[in-house]
Amino acid sequence: MSGLSIQNLSMRFDLPNGGSVQALQDVSLDLKAGELLSVLGPSGCGKTTLLNIVAGFLAPTGGKMILNGHEITGPDAERGMVFQQGALFEWMSVRENVGFGPSMKGMPKNDKAEIVDHLLDVVGLRDFKEKAVYELSGGMQQRVALARCLANDPDVILMDEPLGALDALTREKMQSLVLKLWKETGKTIILITHSVEEALLLGERLVVMAPRPGRIHKEYRLPFAEMGVGEDLRIVKKHPEFAVRREEILGMIWDMEEEIMGRTEAAS
Amino acid sequence: MIPFLIYVAIFVVAFFAVKAFAARTAVSDYGSLKTVTFGDESAVKPSRAASFVSILSIFFLWGMFTGSALLPGFLHAPGPFQGTGTFEYTVQSGNERDTGTVTVVVHPIDTPTEAPEVDPGDGWAKNDSIAIGMWRSGLLRVDRNDELGRGEGAEIVEINGASVQPGDTVDVGWGTVTISDKGTPNIQPNKGWQMEPIWLPSPEAVVTRVGEIASEGFRGSTLWEHLGFSLFRVIVGFFFGALVGIPLGYAMGLSNWFRGWFDPIVEFMRPVPPLALIPLVIIWAGIGETGKIILLFLAALWIMAIAARSGVSGVKISKVHAAYSLGASKAQIMRYVIVPNSLPEIFTGARVAMGVCWGTVVAAELVAAEQGAGMMIMVASKFQNTDIVIMGIILIGIIGFGIDMLMRWAERILVPWKGKG
Repeated sequence: MSGLSIQNLSMRFDLPNGGSVQALQDVSLDLKAGELLSVLGPSGCGKTTLLNIVAGFLAPTGGKMILNGHEITGPDAERGMVFQQGALFEWMSVRENVGFGPSMKGMPKNDKAEIVDHLLDVVGLRDFKEKAVYELSGGMQQRVALARCLANDPDVILMDEPLGALDALTREKMQSLVLKLWKETGKTIILITHSVEEALLLGERLVVMAPRPGRIHKEYRLPFAEMGVGEDLRIVKKHPEFAVRREEILGMIWDMEEEIMGRTEAAS
Repeated sequence: MIPFLIYVAIFVVAFFAVKAFAARTAVSDYGSLKTVTFGDESAVKPSRAASFVSILSIFFLWGMFTGSALLPGFLHAPGPFQGTGTFEYTVQSGNERDTGTVTVVVHPIDTPTEAPEVDPGDGWAKNDSIAIGMWRSGLLRVDRNDELGRGEGAEIVEINGASVQPGDTVDVGWGTVTISDKGTPNIQPNKGWQMEPIWLPSPEAVVTRVGEIASEGFRGSTLWEHLGFSLFRVIVGFFFGALVGIPLGYAMGLSNWFRGWFDPIVEFMRPVPPLALIPLVIIWAGIGETGKIILLFLAALWIMAIAARSGVSGVKISKVHAAYSLGASKAQIMRYVIVPNSLPEIFTGARVAMGVCWGTVVAAELVAAEQGAGMMIMVASKFQNTDIVIMGIILIGIIGFGIDMLMRWAERILVPWKGKG
């Protein structure tokens, strides 16, 4: 049984002041191997909590996750993670960063070098192999992070707003790169974002989450990721259905934000 | 006061001089095109010319007020009177008056000189002479060789023709003469503005003394042995402090139990100045090497523990998470993530600790030691060897500065990623 199955996941924790927070409630998702899922939602809807639970950094208070037939209990190399920024090891060169996973497994040097060279070619950083990571631009650093994650050959790649800190132009290029890598490697990818456009472009499936308690509000199955592979993303964005979906989801999130604002105002 | 005014004058004059000169040779780099420089910290760069003039003017003032041979004579501040001066005194006994001449020879302190023979002259008040060292003063019983002395009711009524009473002071050109309450002239040759070597020796005297101590030694040890002992104590104390402190800091950064257990101890000991521990350490371990190394160990320990602790706390959680999802074990995370990530903090701590240790060792040696830089200046000060004291202070400063430079250099080489994360 391959794929990732998230079953009735709940997360509830106590606050120091005696209250408690229901961060997630009954979140269920089934991902087939090779699916690309983007998760969208207003801030505080628990999307990062969800990702941290799937990564194994947090233990849920209810429900379970099954990956390839076994339950997830902690972090593991089978689930790679790409963070927003600053998760590279600045004391290592680009080559050492990408080779980190294989090194930890004790892979022979030659095999490791081959993997690293190949991935640096894929992300277009061959000439920067021996550079220190802090000498690279933000976009290049995220490409190193992608390559580092892929070098470990994980089954699932979890991305926590990986392009959030990049400028608009770099971001567009990186979106193409993510699609290309998804198609070429066939990995299962869960991508968290707060950009509606990005969620539409990079989601074969798209989940919109609602806050308080964090839960799945609506799910879409979209054609744009498939269309965007090897295609100029600006053309995809001109697709009539793209605009319709964008407005629909924006409206949905707008309403949620309004509701949160209203509730906080009422409470205060 | 006068040296200070001269210093301020040099500061101001050099400022305008350098400004006028720099205006002609200005480079037009990016910084020079900034219009807002007041308040822009990045636009403030130390003026190298100012540093140069600053150091030069300190030595200039030093030489000026010590009559240094390194400066041409016309730049010297007025020196003390040296040579022979005379003044006349008039004594009156009843209605009889007579005048005698006093010859005063003012000689350098380190060349003892006899009072010269003088012709007694005519009249009943005889001529006198006295030898006085520079910067000193002398009381002279001028009536002692007179035919009518104090016993006969004779008293001094005029000095160089000016009438005087006990307590009055007369300027005689090369000095002053004050009549004491008992009627004895107190001769004070002009001191000038220069410092007596016993207060401040000239720069060349200090340099000569460095050579002397370096070749002959001081109190049974050469200069290098004294400095070497101080450095040795610092290095050994710091080494053990780091050896214990860094793992302790790591443990405090990684475990609740260690953090809870050692936090009160570390937080209490950190603000205790190591100098305050000197008496206790002397009671417990004596004044030998052990005591000093224990003291420096304690000085370095808490600083290093806190540096290592904050180095661990400073690891971005995303780096640790990333390493776990890349399959690293706990030991691998320690070795490849936590240790390298904490190195910059540890280096900063090491720099602070070395500075504190260097200060502490000198202070500890001031209290009690057989060798060491601090002991050298302490003993020298007891014998008024001001040149050795100044030499010691300069060498202690140079070594402290050198240690800091060395640590910064090591930091640049070993942790180039500092502040880049």
